[in-house]
Amino acid sequence: MIETDILIIGAGPTGLFTVFEAGLLKMKCHLIDALPQAGGQCSEIYPKKPIYDIPAYPEILAGDLTEKLLEQCKQFEPGFTLGERAETIDKQTDGSFVVTTNKGTQHKAPVVAIAGGLGSFEPRKPQLDNIEFYEDKGVAYIIKDPEVYRHKKVVISGGGDSALDWSIFLSKVASEVTLIHRRNEFRGALDSVDKVQELKNTGKINMITPAEVTALIGEHQLEAIEATKSGESPVRIETDHFIPLFGLSPKLGPIADWGLEIEKNAIKVNNALDYQTNIPGIFAIGDVNTYPGKLKLILCGFHEATLMCQAAYQIINPGKRYVLKYTTVSGIDGFDGTRKEAPKAVVKSIN
Amino acid sequence: MDQDVQIKITDRDGKLHEIAAPVDMALNLMEVVRLYELAPEGTIGICGGMAMCASCQCYVLTEHPLREMQDDEEAMLSEAFNVKPNSRLGCQIQITPEMEGLEIELAPED
Repeated sequence: MIETDILIIGAGPTGLFTVFEAGLLKMKCHLIDALPQAGGQCSEIYPKKPIYDIPAYPEILAGDLTEKLLEQCKQFEPGFTLGERAETIDKQTDGSFVVTTNKGTQHKAPVVAIAGGLGSFEPRKPQLDNIEFYEDKGVAYIIKDPEVYRHKKVVISGGGDSALDWSIFLSKVASEVTLIHRRNEFRGALDSVDKVQELKNTGKINMITPAEVTALIGEHQLEAIEATKSGESPVRIETDHFIPLFGLSPKLGPIADWGLEIEKNAIKVNNALDYQTNIPGIFAIGDVNTYPGKLKLILCGFHEATLMCQAAYQIINPGKRYVLKYTTVSGIDGFDGTRKEAPKAVVKSIN
Repeated sequence: MDQDVQIKITDRDGKLHEIAAPVDMALNLMEVVRLYELAPEGTIGICGGMAMCASCQCYVLTEHPLREMQDDEEAMLSEAFNVKPNSRLGCQIQITPEMEGLEIELAPED
């Protein structure tokens, strides 16, 4: 069981800045995120896009903002459970919470801060009859272990980087790779596109474009798919696996069933005070929350995180008095033993 | 004086809304849908308007001249679901005075 002071669900900008603000108050944080890396939307959706409304940065790339936030909170040694989705929450008799992920990892903390953005990123599933029946029976949306595909026939569909990259990789592992995309054009890194072209020319990848997978066939498990080019009749392709790679889309997911008040796909919080939800000890900050006048901006998430940490301090240190300290005056003492402080003024007489 | 354009939007439940879209606020169609709350928050404009999700996909029902489709919109639509020949991403269509009388229908949520 992982134990911490504040358990943060969501490792996007708001979650990462919470680590820093909590650290100033000597509280330790652990973050859970469904994505395999920190940064949330900033690293998953638009790492190379500029943001213009981060105070003091006239322009910063979303990926760079993530890097800077990680650097800023580093001395407070946050723990991470990445690639796992927070699934259930259980209140303990001592008032603390245990949050368990979809992989069974357990986390215990007296305070939970949901900084979940738009929710956890889940694969987008093509709208095919019975696709759910074939999940884990030949259909997968994420490639976990490429060895599963060794000497097997694989059909991949999609036109982005992951479809291209996995087609290239699996062409060395699988006995047959077919790539199906709705257009002749692919959206991906230029060298991946060139590589797929080369593999197509040498017969290592079968390419069917512009076409769509229109049916899944198989009695107990996937045996074949049907691919249809526009205006033509469907073609049956024997295959062991079908991997649709259509990107990820965020879903509020299991958090919606935690007994929290939800409005407009977001968690209602008390914005007059501390961004606490209807369950004491559980806070919601950043894009995942809602209150009158809410703005889904990174800078608002930072503010909410800061106020939330004050309330968390009172839960973790009941009755203890606290007075705001400025980092410029007090410096920062990291949990890793480092200390940052303003250089002392030099006092020297001039004769 | 800045004017509004009248636009007809059919929401995902099939309900028709006639709304006035301001031309002076640099809004796009996705933002107009949010402005009038014609689709629940969290189901439209998920990527914020970067043509990186297809949550604002709509079908254009009239022949109005609209901004030409750019590569990123075309690429996104090629991976979206429920795409028709008249599909566009609302976030890529800025409201202009030429859009008076435009009619669109929101595509189903994926």
